[in-house]
Amino acid sequence: MPSVWKRKDLVGLKDLTAEEIQLLLDTAKSLQQVSLRPVKKVPTLRGRTVANLFFEPSTRTRISFELAEKRLSADTIQFTGSNSSAVKGENLKDTVRNIEALKVDLIVMRHFSSGAPHRLAQSLPVSVVNAGDGINEHPTQALLDMFTIREKKGTLSGIQVAFVGDILHSRVARSNIWGLTKLGAKVTVCAPKTLLPAGIETFGVRVTSSLEEAIRDADVINLLRIQTERQDECYFPSIREYANNYQINSEILKRAKPDVLIMHPGPVNRGIELSSEVMDGPYSVILDQVTNGLAVRMAVLYLLSGTRRGGRKVNGS
Amino acid sequence: MSDNLLLKQIHVIDPKNHVDARLDVAIQNGIVTEIKKEILNSSGKVIDGKKLHLLPGLIDMHVHFREPGFEQKETIVTGSKAAIGGGFVAAVTMPNTHPPCDHQSVIDNIIRKANEVPFYIFPAATMTKGRSGKELSEMADLKRAGARAVTDDGDWVSDSLLMRRAMEYASMLDLLVVSHAEDKRLSGKGVMNEGVHSTELGLHGIPNASEVVAVNRDILLAELTGARLHVTHISTKGACEAIQAAKKKGIQVTADVTPHHLSLTDQAIADYDTNFKMNPPLRSEDDRKAILEALANGTIDAIATDHAPHTDEEKMMEFQDAPVGVTGVETALGVVLTELYHKQVLDLANIAAKMSLRPAELLKLPKGFGEIQIGSEANLTLVDVNLEWVVKRDEFISKSKNSCFIGKTLRGKAVGTICKGKLWEKQF
Repeated sequence: MPSVWKRKDLVGLKDLTAEEIQLLLDTAKSLQQVSLRPVKKVPTLRGRTVANLFFEPSTRTRISFELAEKRLSADTIQFTGSNSSAVKGENLKDTVRNIEALKVDLIVMRHFSSGAPHRLAQSLPVSVVNAGDGINEHPTQALLDMFTIREKKGTLSGIQVAFVGDILHSRVARSNIWGLTKLGAKVTVCAPKTLLPAGIETFGVRVTSSLEEAIRDADVINLLRIQTERQDECYFPSIREYANNYQINSEILKRAKPDVLIMHPGPVNRGIELSSEVMDGPYSVILDQVTNGLAVRMAVLYLLSGTRRGGRKVNGS
Repeated sequence: MSDNLLLKQIHVIDPKNHVDARLDVAIQNGIVTEIKKEILNSSGKVIDGKKLHLLPGLIDMHVHFREPGFEQKETIVTGSKAAIGGGFVAAVTMPNTHPPCDHQSVIDNIIRKANEVPFYIFPAATMTKGRSGKELSEMADLKRAGARAVTDDGDWVSDSLLMRRAMEYASMLDLLVVSHAEDKRLSGKGVMNEGVHSTELGLHGIPNASEVVAVNRDILLAELTGARLHVTHISTKGACEAIQAAKKKGIQVTADVTPHHLSLTDQAIADYDTNFKMNPPLRSEDDRKAILEALANGTIDAIATDHAPHTDEEKMMEFQDAPVGVTGVETALGVVLTELYHKQVLDLANIAAKMSLRPAELLKLPKGFGEIQIGSEANLTLVDVNLEWVVKRDEFISKSKNSCFIGKTLRGKAVGTICKGKLWEKQF
C-alpha cells in the first residue's frame, strides 16, 4: 500500500486531500478482516498508549475507539468530564499536558467546543484524533459513512448522498460534506430553513427544504438525529410537524430509488426522523456503519502512529 | 513635571484651525506658547520635527481599563500608560467594571488615578443602575462627578421604554448616549460573524441583523427624544446605511468604528485563535468596504479602539468560552495609518479629525482638546507616518497581550505623546 500519510493529527476532513482520504479508506479496508478472525487482535500498537478524552458524553464513538485501540494492542486510558475550562478552572491545554506527561502517544478527543482539537494539535507534540468537536467536525464518522457507501455502491464518485435533518448543528454533516465532495460524490442537504447553516450553498452542495426533492435521485439517505430541545430554541414548531415533513418512512421511500441506502450516525429517535419499519428494513445499513466504524478507527490510529517521532510502521495484518 | 519644548520644523496637522504646514511649535510650562514659521529664541529641549507630524492629542472614545474589579487584566495606570504609548492623551472608560461605574465614587476614583499618571480619563457612566437595564442611573450626579457619556456598553438596553426615558433624561443633561447596539436574542449563541466562514469553522454565527435592528431602534428613539446618540464600534454595512440616512434626516446620531473592524474580516479566524474573538465580531469584506466608504464620506465620525484587555489564562480557553475583546490602544494609530492613510482612504487631517477633533466635540471637552491652540495646555501627538514596525507581544505596555495584530507589520507610529504638557517619548 503506498503510504502518503504525513500528518501528526486527524482533526477534520476539511484540510485533507482526496488522496489522504482514499488512503484512510483503503487502510480501513485492509484492517477490516482483523475483526473477522477468531483472534481479533494484531500487535501494531503494542507498547503505545492512547488516551481517550471525552469532554462530552458519548457511548458509540467512545466504545468504537476503545475497541479499535484494543484490537491494535494499544494500552488505553479513559477520561470523561463535561465541565468547560471556565467552570473547572483548568484550561484544556493544561489538562492535556498533564496526560501527555504520562507519556501518552495519541489522544482521541471529543469536545463540546468547536476547534478545541485544532488548537490542541497545534500547540502540543502529541497526535490528536478528533472524535467530534462542537458543531464542527466528526471526521471518523464521515469516514465510516464514506467507507460504507463505497462498500455497498462500489464507488463514491457520482453517488448522490442526501443528508436530512439538523444540518446546522451537525458535525457529521459538515465532515461528510468536506469528504464526499472531495471524492466526487454529489451531496444534497435537506432541512427546514431554520436548521440550515448560513452560506451552505457555497459548499458545492444542493440545498433544499423539500424532502421529496432531496430523496428523489438519492443513492444514499443519511439521516441526522433531531434533538427535541431545538423546539424550545424556536427552530421548529413541534416534533409532530417535523416528523410529518421530514420523517423517512416506507411511504416516502416509494418516491426514492429502489436500491437506496438508509444511513444514520445514531442514536436514532425511532418514529421521529426515521420510522421503525425502515430502520429495521432492507434499505438500512445502520449496523454496517457501526461495524465499519471499527475498521476506520483502526486505520486512523494505525496511520497516525506511524508518523509520530519517527515511529516505525508495523504491518497491519 | 512640565517640560519646555521646541518642536522644530514639524508638520502640523490641525483640522479644526485648518493648519497643514511645517512650523515651529513652542511649549513652555506645559502650555503651547507659540506656533510659527520659525521660532528663534526658546528655552528647553529642541526636537527635530523634520520627519514628523504633529497632531492634536488623540482621544479614544471607547476603552476598558478594567479598574475597579478586574485589575488582573488592566489598571487605570497600565491602561493609561499603554494609551500614552499609542499616542493618546485622553480616553473614555466604559462602565462595565466591578462595581460598575454607576456611582460618583467610582468616577472619582478613576479620575484620581488617571491624574497620577498623568492622563485624561473621561469616564462613561452606566445608563441604568448596575447596568442591569431596569432603573435609570443617577445621571445628574454622575455628570457632576465628571461623566461625559452614559452607556450600558456590552448590555444593550433592550427595554425600549427604559431606553426612551434614559435618552430623554440624558439629553436634558446634555450627556452623550453611547450605544453598543446589539440585540442579544438575535446574537444567540453566536461567537463570530454568521456567514460562510462560521459554517466552515462550525461555530455559531451572529447575524448582521443583530446590530442593524438595534441601531435602527436607537435611531428612532434619538429622533423621538432629541438625545445625542453615539453608536459605538459599528461593524455592519446596514449600520452604516442606517446612520447615513439618519444624519440626512437631521437626527443627532454619530458613530465610531474600531481599527480591527476597518482592517480585518471574519476570514482571519481560520485557526480558532481567540485573539480574533470580539463583539461585535469581525464581519465580511462587504461590510468592511462599507465601513471604509462610511469613514470617507463622514458617516462614521470617529475611530475608537474598544481596548478590551483579557489575561492569557482567559484567552487560552476554547473559542466558544473565551471572553470577547482585543487590546487596541497601542496599535490603533499604526493600523489606521497603514490601512487608511497609506492606502489613501483618509488624509492626515481626516485621521486627526476622527481620532481627536470629533471625539473632543462629541464629548464636549474643554479648550485644548482636538486642536492645537496657543494658550492651551499641550495635549499633542508626535507621529512618524513612515516608521515601519512589527507588533510584538512582549513589547506591549498594557497588562494584557490579547492583540489581533501580533506579528503584523505596520507603517506609522506615535513616537511621542505630550499629555498634560508632559512629553512621553521613546525616540528622543
